[in-house]
Amino acid sequence: MNSKRSKYLNSYTEAAPLAVFRLLFGLMMFASIVRFWWNGWIEKLYILPKFHFSYYGFEWVKPLGNFTYLIFTICGIAALFVAAGYKYRLAIITFFLSFTYIELMDKTTYLNHYYFISVLSFLMIFLPAGAYFSIDAINDPKKGFQKIPCWCVDSIKLMLGIVYFYAGLAKINSDWLFRAMPLKIWLPSKYDLPFLGDLMQQEWVHYAFSWSGMLYDLSIPFLLLWKRTRLFAFALVVIFHVLTRVLFPIGMFPYIMIVSAMIFFSPQFHHKILKKLADWFKIDISIFDNNRRYFLKPKTRKILTGIISVFFVIQLLFPWRYLLYPGELFWTEEGFRFSWRVMLMEKAGYAQFKIVDGKTGKRFYVDNSDFLTPFQEKQMSFQPDFILEYAHYLANHFKKDGHQNIEVYVENYVALNGRASDPYISPKTNLLNFTDSFKHKTFILPFKDEIKGL
Amino acid sequence: MKKISTILILSLLFFAACSSGDDGGETNGGNETESFDRSAMLAHWADDVIVPAFQNFNQSTSELKSATDAFVANPNADDFATLRIRFRKAYINFQHVSMFEIGKAEELNYRNFLNTYPANTANIQIKIASGSFNLELPSSFAQQGFPAMDFLLYGLAENDAAILEFYTSGENVENYRSYLLAVAERIDSLTAEVTESWTGNYRTTFVKNTSSSSTGSVDRFTNDYVMYFEKFLRSGKIGYPAGVFSGTPSAVNVESLYAGNLSKELYLEALNAFSNFFEGKGFDSNPNGKSYKQYLQYLDSMKDGQDLAALISSQFSAAKNQANSLNSNLKEQVESDNSVMLAAYDELQKATVLLKLDMMQALSISVDYVDSDGD
Repeated sequence: MNSKRSKYLNSYTEAAPLAVFRLLFGLMMFASIVRFWWNGWIEKLYILPKFHFSYYGFEWVKPLGNFTYLIFTICGIAALFVAAGYKYRLAIITFFLSFTYIELMDKTTYLNHYYFISVLSFLMIFLPAGAYFSIDAINDPKKGFQKIPCWCVDSIKLMLGIVYFYAGLAKINSDWLFRAMPLKIWLPSKYDLPFLGDLMQQEWVHYAFSWSGMLYDLSIPFLLLWKRTRLFAFALVVIFHVLTRVLFPIGMFPYIMIVSAMIFFSPQFHHKILKKLADWFKIDISIFDNNRRYFLKPKTRKILTGIISVFFVIQLLFPWRYLLYPGELFWTEEGFRFSWRVMLMEKAGYAQFKIVDGKTGKRFYVDNSDFLTPFQEKQMSFQPDFILEYAHYLANHFKKDGHQNIEVYVENYVALNGRASDPYISPKTNLLNFTDSFKHKTFILPFKDEIKGL
Repeated sequence: MKKISTILILSLLFFAACSSGDDGGETNGGNETESFDRSAMLAHWADDVIVPAFQNFNQSTSELKSATDAFVANPNADDFATLRIRFRKAYINFQHVSMFEIGKAEELNYRNFLNTYPANTANIQIKIASGSFNLELPSSFAQQGFPAMDFLLYGLAENDAAILEFYTSGENVENYRSYLLAVAERIDSLTAEVTESWTGNYRTTFVKNTSSSSTGSVDRFTNDYVMYFEKFLRSGKIGYPAGVFSGTPSAVNVESLYAGNLSKELYLEALNAFSNFFEGKGFDSNPNGKSYKQYLQYLDSMKDGQDLAALISSQFSAAKNQANSLNSNLKEQVESDNSVMLAAYDELQKATVLLKLDMMQALSISVDYVDSDGD
């Protein structure tokens, strides 16, 4: 076992696949930042709101007014540096920190895709992705390596495999497979797609999409790994993600996944890509093919592989934390985020907050649009941690306004996957009696139905 | 390599072909027997409800204007009584168009100009005294429209004779007359402008835009329609006067504060207009057609959930039944027993949840065009 392990750790492969990955990843990230800016989302999501929803423990991460643009600028430039392989280590660390900072500023905008980017860029800090086809390697030939340890490329593959496989596992539930929810709600609304619009009205199509989506997610990592099915698998990747792009508003993510999946291809394939690029940019590619091996001192290697092993153990275990909470995961959302649970729910809520003077009994309702953007209100109204944080914010606000003996109640309804709306938070609970924590939130009313499965 | 690039290129082409429908493109979608005919729904909305309701309302604003004209030319008790009748009729008819704040109406800020209440009576009197005013400024929302007329026709003094005196013999007589006329003219001209856009090109633009994107007519209209119910029907007519948001009942926020027993009638008329629209009833004697109820029934037929359309209908009935116990003058209701107002609010609130949450979800329409990425 041990010899197998050390044999694996000592095996080498071409650095080209990781270089292509780095290049495309950097460009995609740059494009994402530009697109985000271009759409006016920096202002809309981070500058205009009066109040931002924080992740537990990260309350200190806030937008910085107009300096928020600076963070995006830094992030975009870092992405370009990553792509070019210029001062790679510094660039990827800067990218990871700035991108993660942006994501932590307001959890309203949480997307699994963004978490994926953070996780991936964290992993890339420890990989020699700047060793080949990079400005670093041109400037300082000592930093150029044609061969890198296999585990460097494989860890990217493993990360992608986890994302797909866990997304597939999450789909093994009765709503997805036996009620075709939420696709049954989403697909018919795409009635005006050319060719597909009428198909989207058919019930069997909803089931076909649900089942094949589940099977796709579970099997695609293995199909990509196996040489004989790889090309077929890649075609599936492209079809699947293009389809999701056509059907749903998911931005850059499909392209990022398609590009990422290319890492499963052979080094020869990546050499061909780089050769083409080198021809275009008139770079002499032979300078990178120095046959040098990226050799790590045993101690450094031990630390690096240690970090990466711990990282993957966390990745494998973290999505299961929901098992520690009582109640239906989709309903309480305790342990829902950071678990590759993608597109599983059509969930919406309606929350009306009531401020009560505990002594006089005088009460009034809050107009949420006074404090939140429509997007924030939408996200807040069905997620208990948002509701709690907002309740405390309201209490502080009205305290400053001179109100006394403040108690905050919420009349809250949530509809999940086509079920009729039901009361969500106990309307008799003064939310100020609770503070956010990782403990189960007892003020969530029980889910009246049952969703079977993982 | 070749195979892979072929796959990529083909998929990009496919993708480009498919996503052209994204940008509010026009299709004739929904001719199939299988799917719900959205263009028929839009046509019903426009032809059987919106356009006739606007034409009807425009008729009454033009009558209101001529009655005002006649009155200010020669102020007398008879013409004053006629003017008041015209005013009440127009205000009631307005309840049938107020929810259609889309297209020209949205562009003009129509509802704000016609019905921002309570009227700012202090400013109205300052402007009358000075004799100079510009009703086109957004800052003048609360100094015109029906609430201003309500004040000018019913609120200037304690009794009718004393009010009439403002136009016959009081100080600034001319200014009172010209302000009243300017308000009536503006109600009419704005209404004519909106009506003309519906009878002109806008009807076609509206009906043809069957896109499923957030810029499509169904999406945009539904957002406006539900928002109207929440903000203007629930909060405006009942919530604010009942003090739901402030904690203190506030009778000055009642619609048609001065005209007395008109307020409940306006509320009921709006509620009826709103629920008729939901049910697919044509305005007045216009034919019935497809609307939200039929759309929900179509979508529900594929769901094992409850019959949402029926739930919403019965909630509208519950709200109307509750309204029977309201005083015909909501101001008096607030002052005598506000709990009946709060009960009215509760019924409207239940309907709001069904509309904004369950209906929007079933129709897969997102609230307020939040245009960021999803998972």
